[in-house]
Amino acid sequence: MYDSTTITVDGNEAVALVAHKINEVIAIYPITPSSAMGEFSDLYSSKKEKNIFGSVPEVYEMQSEGGASGAVHGALQAGSLTTTFTASQGLLLMIPNMYKIAGELTSTVFHVASRSLAAQGLSIFGDHQDVMGVRQSGFALLCSNSVQEAHDFALISQAASLRSRIPFLHFFDGFRTSHEVNRIEQLSVDVLKAMIDKDLVSAHRRRALTPDHPVLRGTAQNPDVYFQGRESVNRYYLALPEILQNEMDRFATLTGRTYRLFDYVGAADAQRIIVMMGSGAEALEESVEYLNAQGQKVGLIKVRLALPFAAEAFIAALPSTLKSIAVLDRTKEPGSLGEPLYHDVVTTLFENSDSLGFEMPRIIGGRYGLSSKEFTPAMIIAIFDELSKEKMKNHFTIGIDDDVTHTSLEYDHDFILENPDQFQAVFYGLGSDGTVGANKNTIKIIGTETDHYAQGYFVYDSKKSGSMTTSHLRFGKKAIRSSYLIQKADFVAVHQAVFLEKLDLLEIAKEGAVFLLNTPFQREEVWNRLPRVTQEKIIAKKLKFYAIDAYKVAQASNMGRRINTVMQTCFFAISGILSKEEAIAKIKGSIKKSYGSKGDLIVQENYKAVDTTLENLYEIEVPTSINSTLELQQTLKGDMSDFVHDVIGQITAFKGDELRVSQIPDDGTWPTGTTQYEKRNIAQEVPFWDADTCIQCNKCVGACPHSVIRSNIFDVSLLQNAPEGFSAKKAKGKEFGENDLFSISVAVEDCTGCALCVEVCPAKNKSQTNLKAINMVPQLPIRESGSTQWEFFLSLPKMDREKLDHSNLKESQFLEPLFEFSGACPGCGETPYVKLASQLFGDRMVIANATGCSSIYGGNLPTTPWRKNDEGRGPAWSNSLFEDNAEFGLGFRLAIDAHNDRARGLLESLKPHLDESLVEEILGADQHEESQINAQRKRVETLKIALEKLENDEAKTLIELADYLVKKSVWIMGGDGWAYDIGYGGLDHVIASGKNVNILVLDTQVYSNTGGQQSKATMTGAVAKFAAGGKAGLPKDLAAMAIAYENVYVAKVAMGANDSATHKAFVEAERYDGPSIIIAYSHCVAHGYDLRYGFDQQKRAVDSGLWPIFRFNPDKIKAGENPMTLDYKGPKIDVKDFMYRETRFKMAEKMNAVSAVSFLTTAAHTAQSLYARYKNLHEYYEPAQEVQ
Amino acid sequence: MDLSTTFLGFLLKNPLIASASPLTASLESIKRLEDNGIAAVIMHSLFEEEINHDIHQIDHFLHINSDSYAEAISYLPSEVDFNNLQADHYLHEIHRIKESVDVPLIASLNGVSAGGWVKYAQKIEQAGADAIELNITYIPTTIDLEGSVVEQMYVETVAMLAREVSLPINVKMNAYFSNPANMAKRFVEAGARGLSIFDNPTLVDVDLELLSVLQRANITTSYNLSETLRWCGILYQKLSCSLCANTGIHSGEDVLKAMMSGADATALASLLLIKGEGEIKNILTNMTEWMEKYEYDSIEQMKGSISLLHTDNPSAYERNSYMYALQHYRR
Repeated sequence: MYDSTTITVDGNEAVALVAHKINEVIAIYPITPSSAMGEFSDLYSSKKEKNIFGSVPEVYEMQSEGGASGAVHGALQAGSLTTTFTASQGLLLMIPNMYKIAGELTSTVFHVASRSLAAQGLSIFGDHQDVMGVRQSGFALLCSNSVQEAHDFALISQAASLRSRIPFLHFFDGFRTSHEVNRIEQLSVDVLKAMIDKDLVSAHRRRALTPDHPVLRGTAQNPDVYFQGRESVNRYYLALPEILQNEMDRFATLTGRTYRLFDYVGAADAQRIIVMMGSGAEALEESVEYLNAQGQKVGLIKVRLALPFAAEAFIAALPSTLKSIAVLDRTKEPGSLGEPLYHDVVTTLFENSDSLGFEMPRIIGGRYGLSSKEFTPAMIIAIFDELSKEKMKNHFTIGIDDDVTHTSLEYDHDFILENPDQFQAVFYGLGSDGTVGANKNTIKIIGTETDHYAQGYFVYDSKKSGSMTTSHLRFGKKAIRSSYLIQKADFVAVHQAVFLEKLDLLEIAKEGAVFLLNTPFQREEVWNRLPRVTQEKIIAKKLKFYAIDAYKVAQASNMGRRINTVMQTCFFAISGILSKEEAIAKIKGSIKKSYGSKGDLIVQENYKAVDTTLENLYEIEVPTSINSTLELQQTLKGDMSDFVHDVIGQITAFKGDELRVSQIPDDGTWPTGTTQYEKRNIAQEVPFWDADTCIQCNKCVGACPHSVIRSNIFDVSLLQNAPEGFSAKKAKGKEFGENDLFSISVAVEDCTGCALCVEVCPAKNKSQTNLKAINMVPQLPIRESGSTQWEFFLSLPKMDREKLDHSNLKESQFLEPLFEFSGACPGCGETPYVKLASQLFGDRMVIANATGCSSIYGGNLPTTPWRKNDEGRGPAWSNSLFEDNAEFGLGFRLAIDAHNDRARGLLESLKPHLDESLVEEILGADQHEESQINAQRKRVETLKIALEKLENDEAKTLIELADYLVKKSVWIMGGDGWAYDIGYGGLDHVIASGKNVNILVLDTQVYSNTGGQQSKATMTGAVAKFAAGGKAGLPKDLAAMAIAYENVYVAKVAMGANDSATHKAFVEAERYDGPSIIIAYSHCVAHGYDLRYGFDQQKRAVDSGLWPIFRFNPDKIKAGENPMTLDYKGPKIDVKDFMYRETRFKMAEKMNAVSAVSFLTTAAHTAQSLYARYKNLHEYYEPAQEVQ
Repeated sequence: MDLSTTFLGFLLKNPLIASASPLTASLESIKRLEDNGIAAVIMHSLFEEEINHDIHQIDHFLHINSDSYAEAISYLPSEVDFNNLQADHYLHEIHRIKESVDVPLIASLNGVSAGGWVKYAQKIEQAGADAIELNITYIPTTIDLEGSVVEQMYVETVAMLAREVSLPINVKMNAYFSNPANMAKRFVEAGARGLSIFDNPTLVDVDLELLSVLQRANITTSYNLSETLRWCGILYQKLSCSLCANTGIHSGEDVLKAMMSGADATALASLLLIKGEGEIKNILTNMTEWMEKYEYDSIEQMKGSISLLHTDNPSAYERNSYMYALQHYRR
């Protein structure tokens, strides 16, 4: 037996630790929840950590999963041990290469953090749909159920693949295993070396393509031999189960951890068993132990090797007393007779019915846990109960209430499996307050430095900003198998008191539990400030109640708003897990370990926070009775439909699990405009308008990423009904009359407090220049008044769109945004562009949105920001996939054009029956301007009335299609990961199509949504994931590539640098009757600075020359004008003055000053060469004009 | 012509020292200075405040948006190795420069905290610098803080550093003391082996367009030489330390004036930034020509010849010379 080391890691890290050590090439592409495996591998290689063969693995990011699998295939064919990591749609993109790799009997392992597939909606969470989608590829499917197993199977699968020559797909549950932090035994290098047979590695290399021993693979085969060739591999698959078992046995000899192809757990004489794979089997094992201790006879089979299904081994694992089996699949195959595991079990039993040695058991199959739906002991008991019934429900579901096709099993929602050996703690924190980080740290301390087992799992909100995080931590002396959320907690910590205003967070507390609250109130005020239900729970459950003002302590320790160390210290001080002295020593040791590399300064500040915490933590003496009349706030407010109230309201109240199947739209269609009801109140400070200082430029309105600042001009008489405090000022500008008032209003309950508006405001208070025309003030004191004023503001008549110049910022910002209150990060750099598009064209937009940030803040449930105007029109929005967005949008165009063609044909045909002049006006209408579009819309309304009177089929069809006679504006939106990388092939094809589509690239220069991996847009010198040392190469010049077509409208814009050019670009792009692409500089949290300065940084990016802004308008070529308008004057400032204000660049200098200098030199050169490129282009078109 | 002089105990081939500026930020640039005849180099300043700010910034932004959203547990790679977080590169450069140039190398430290001064000074010493220049300019903005407290803080900083490092310490003084000469004395008593007269703080201005205060580099001219000459003249031979004329040196004549006033060396920054390293040769030529013309043998010969101690007009250094200046102007 080899020595082992205990580590506390999540599933992704557990796998990466092994995969990096036993591979030579790793081709990757980010996709949740598997991205971290690639990131860890990249990190190890960037630190020059070697594999067991003595080399540093080459980790290479590709442009897509398709590309990654191609590179894997190539590297394998060239003889390297190669792997990749992926999930979900990413795995589906690998299918073609998986067939090739398996067909060529190539040893490799793909590690998959299994995840749902996008169907009626996308889900990033875990189930086995992706893995089950590649069953036919020829890969062996090996499932691990826990973090330890993921670590172990990463090795076993590689060993088995080398020996069997069958490629393996090693998978484990996305999030539940990939993101669960758990204590495991780390495999030593000795074990890794012992398991990877050198001779087999040599054999793999000898099969490589090399000109020194040339062979040919990848032939085209014909009917005469292909079939035989396909059958030639059978013996490898037949041999695989035994090979794998042998490798498992060898592994057991080395480590003491035993695995079987099918592991049976439970009573030897069990009559009822459940067959399943994945993390749910851990909860199942826990429940089986419980039930058998209660005198029942139950068991489970953990399926390790899902494919090829080893029938003999399966039958051998069954207890002979067996009467009934439930097979659980974590997948869904609509229309099938059952899911794959069920099918395999049924087939196995029926094909071997004569040789079972016992009577054929009764079998049912069921589905559970799709999209990480909880799978709890209560559900498991319900399944075992079902197996006892005379008439069992087959093809059941568990965990939901299917009131439509009645598949679901009932279960006892109140049943909780007590685990007296475990200490269970739940923490509610805010995304940015460090709660999760602190808890991960706590688990590491307890899991690694004590003899306790430790488990941590973290639940995040659906919004990117101001979201609540819930940490579930378990500790105990026995291995923790509870693969589900904590249901009753010994310790509840609420790190943000504001959560208590809306949610009953103490429902989860056990009687006598400890309750810790971070509160800004004085000790004597804390109790009185609690909502009624919180007070009731504290008294009824006899909770021990502690409080601290963590922000005060953090600020005194120079830690700003990061309360991680403070709250962690509180936990250790009062939880009793460790003695206070031991805990403090371990926290400090951990601080030294975590922050030591960042200098003693940070370490000392954290030490100070630890010491000060203990002085500020106190126990509240709980009164015997409640005194609060404060009721919980509703999560939705306003006049809403029943659907919004009953369905979306449930989700926002964290009760979405209780919704029935009938309540969920069956085709994924949801209403728009629902963020308006969710008053999140997440900002501590919000903008407050100073009418006297304001110069009425509307810059704050334009910049606001969340559409919470709006302006309007209205008649003075309307002020009569204004609520108290509502400000307005005489409107500036010749076009406005004496009675016209200007006002700005702020949706204080929807604001995220980013303060971007304050920074863009050009007007300073003449007496106090530290004040502007819009200033941040505490939200709470003005919440109610601000809300009332906002309601009044919305009731004011809107300005006439046709009288406003849409191409200038001041006037366009009076236009109503049809995109509001998104869940984007505070200060988001993308959403001002998205909002602008909605203001300008929202009533005629159809949007294809690539997967990424914009699809998440634009379409993540429960509430979504796209909305309608008063006429009921607004953007229609959809997300297809990540890789196909340009094609998806082009499809919109093709369909709309087809509808338009058909409508025009019908109109021609019906002309004799209609007002011919109306028909001619409609057919000949110019619809470049909004006024022309509105005129056409009126004509079409008239036409529809006329058509109603015609009783023929053509007229009826035309009524259906008549709206397509009015211009529809097709928008294709997405980030740079889509446009530059995974979707570039499609994007290129679409811009080459000549079709009238508008492409908006929200360019953050990284894959923002998956956590900042480099894309081909990433600037030189920027540190990003997969470019951990800073990107050395140049970013791709997508604009130049598009301009090369000459018939594509191309604009590169930065709103913060030139809002006028940005507005013109949007208007010109939409007006252009052909493909248009706008590449918009979008600052991002991944750039690492306070985004209130986002627009300032945009200006610096342009002034440095690294983000040239220009517009290339092919319409001008036709008009004999120069199509190229440069909207900047070349590099004006040192690139360093832009770059070193952002952590992404600055950290490169702090990592390696020498390469940082080279980055700066390259960047400076790039700035000059870009200017030369576009200036030349401008000049190139000048002579052409003269010739004409 | 013997242009040599002694400064901080080093025999310099001439009195020209490159002051801390972007020109002293890289080996390549320092070699160019040496090639053009510079006698010593003060490296660009290490700003403790800037280092601390960068550490905080990186720590903050590596973590602030982490663990907020399921798809993006972090946004930047945080487990990377920071090999230059605490001025490691600066220290490495000291070592590299020392290996490549022959002239004395004086590191420059601009600190804010007592701990910071010592920590970085020790690192500088270990890295192989020949001396340390301390730039102590604290601008109090609270009206309750008494001048004596600030003065004491300055002196204690120098004393603490002198205890912790054995390198010669040159204090770059500022002129804003009730009695700079007394402060100079206290610095020397605290352990300073040299004084630079004076620090040239950044300028404050108001942007009428933006309605905001601006800070900009203070590029000097010969016009700024006056206070340098005055205080070199006053301090000459009053203290057992070297004096470096730091502000307003823009020509060979300026160097000669400073030497005659009592300086042991002169520091150049603005001039070199404006005219380039080649100007060093011009200055040395001008000095030599002047000295030849007026038959001087060496720099040592003229040092302090027109100081408070040796001048024929000591009142020129004092307050009452103001009236004389005005009257002279009217005439």
